[in-house]
Amino acid sequence: MTAISVKNLSIVFGEEDNETKVLDAVSFDVEKGEVFGLVGESGSGKSTVLRCIAGLYTHWTGEIRIDGQPVGAQLTKERCRKIQMVFQDPYGSLHPKHTVQTTLAAPLRIHGIGDIDRRITEVLRDVGLAPHLRFRYPHQLSGGQRQRVAIARALILRPSILLLDEPTSALDVSVQAEVLNVLSDIRDREGLTYLLVSHDLAVIGHMCRRLAVMQQGLIEEVVDYADLSGGRAQQAYSRMLFDASHHYDRSMANDITAARQAGGGTIHGA
Amino acid sequence: MSSTPRASDAAAVQAPLIEARDLRVAFQMQRGVFQAIRGVSFSLGREKLAIVGESGSGKSTVGRAIMRLNPPSAIVTAERLTFKDVDLLSASKKELRRLRGRHISMIMQDPKYSLNPVATVGEQIAEAYRTHHKVSSREARERALTMLEAVQIRSPKRVYDLYPHQVSGGMGQRIMIAMMLISDPEVLIADEPTSALDVTVRLQILAILDDMVKERGLGMIFISHDLNLVRSFCDRVIIMYAGRIVETVAAADLDNVQHPYSRGLLNSLPRLDQKRDRLPVIQRDDSWLEAV
Repeated sequence: MTAISVKNLSIVFGEEDNETKVLDAVSFDVEKGEVFGLVGESGSGKSTVLRCIAGLYTHWTGEIRIDGQPVGAQLTKERCRKIQMVFQDPYGSLHPKHTVQTTLAAPLRIHGIGDIDRRITEVLRDVGLAPHLRFRYPHQLSGGQRQRVAIARALILRPSILLLDEPTSALDVSVQAEVLNVLSDIRDREGLTYLLVSHDLAVIGHMCRRLAVMQQGLIEEVVDYADLSGGRAQQAYSRMLFDASHHYDRSMANDITAARQAGGGTIHGA
Repeated sequence: MSSTPRASDAAAVQAPLIEARDLRVAFQMQRGVFQAIRGVSFSLGREKLAIVGESGSGKSTVGRAIMRLNPPSAIVTAERLTFKDVDLLSASKKELRRLRGRHISMIMQDPKYSLNPVATVGEQIAEAYRTHHKVSSREARERALTMLEAVQIRSPKRVYDLYPHQVSGGMGQRIMIAMMLISDPEVLIADEPTSALDVTVRLQILAILDDMVKERGLGMIFISHDLNLVRSFCDRVIIMYAGRIVETVAAADLDNVQHPYSRGLLNSLPRLDQKRDRLPVIQRDDSWLEAV
């Protein structure tokens, strides 16, 4: 079954004379229980796709279907219960003057869900945080603990889809490993669907079977990670992105410079 | 770290540009003294030397200690901390000002925070040159334009008059490199110079640094958290943990590190070429905090 279906999603920012098309007819499908990756460089529009699906932007055009049902531009409570988002920087996404307890209780109150204490205990256990940490403020937690709280906040409404926007980019590699393991465990247990945005192809490769490569608001291709890592991607840009993540290579740098100058910013060709 | 030189250290031993022996940096806190660097020894030749470690390992503090840029609350001690034959610990403020920028330069992670927001980037590069050389403003401008070209900025004249907020991250970092290399230093300390950049831009910036190091015979300290990157970019790698060096290896031997922390760090990294169900998490051992 298809959990997320995006068709011809476009969004434009700016005034009439100075319009920027940030997404240009983006289409892809994500199966239920799948971890689907979105990769691309800054400005490629990968986070914008998540923000449209999450309902943070409302002026998009095209079609977004969740579990087969089309969603409108406006955010409804039902949609919030189904789709939640985890942001890159937990310092920015957690209220600095609210304790973990207050942060986690807020969604439950808004949605009129009782049994708050038990649910918070459960969700803290799910993300591997000790129960006593619920009385801490964000600044009293380590980076890894903060990101776990952000994941717990997203999970507390028991959504079926998590939108993960660079969830481990701000973390050290050893802490990144812990958080990625937590995300894998939760998905295995609850059968969640993840849409994972990252600039780190190794992270994408670890989590996803399929991914979409984006460049300047367009999807270059949807490709199996095995094909991408095996050098069988269709688009030159995808192959280049993979190679560039792999290691430093002087001649590759020359190729990129040449391609940039020829293509006016975008990279195409064989 | 063992003090016996190995084959990979040969370059460093021949002509050390920077030498640190038992370097210690402590910070005076409200409640006692915090030891950030606890006895670090290494030498830098005309090579690309990486210092890797996680946040808080002290890698940036080492870079700043060489430049003597630590805040006043820092207590820096060492058996030896030298640039060529200059003792960096006993150098006067005036002497340090002469060294900084002229002989030892530093590139920071984010150009947004290290460039002056109210001066054009060209003026800043020219100023870096005029600080150390008695030349006319016209000549400094010419030098700055040549340097912008050297870091592969396509229209130097246009970029010269831009303010930092008008340039992209990649261009900002090129400008920083131009500014740091205009006075032809011998040592370059690059503190996470490409961490804020996209992979393709990162590759281009590294190529520029690589060329500069080769052409000018610089010694470079490359501070990074990215093991995959230093493996292919640097000559030698120092791995730091909690203010100490746990291991120094040739970059080519990075996969054969011995120390359990280095091994743990490498294992916890998701790999591009192999799929694992779970990522091993580092099981930290208190003994790592003690002398190695």
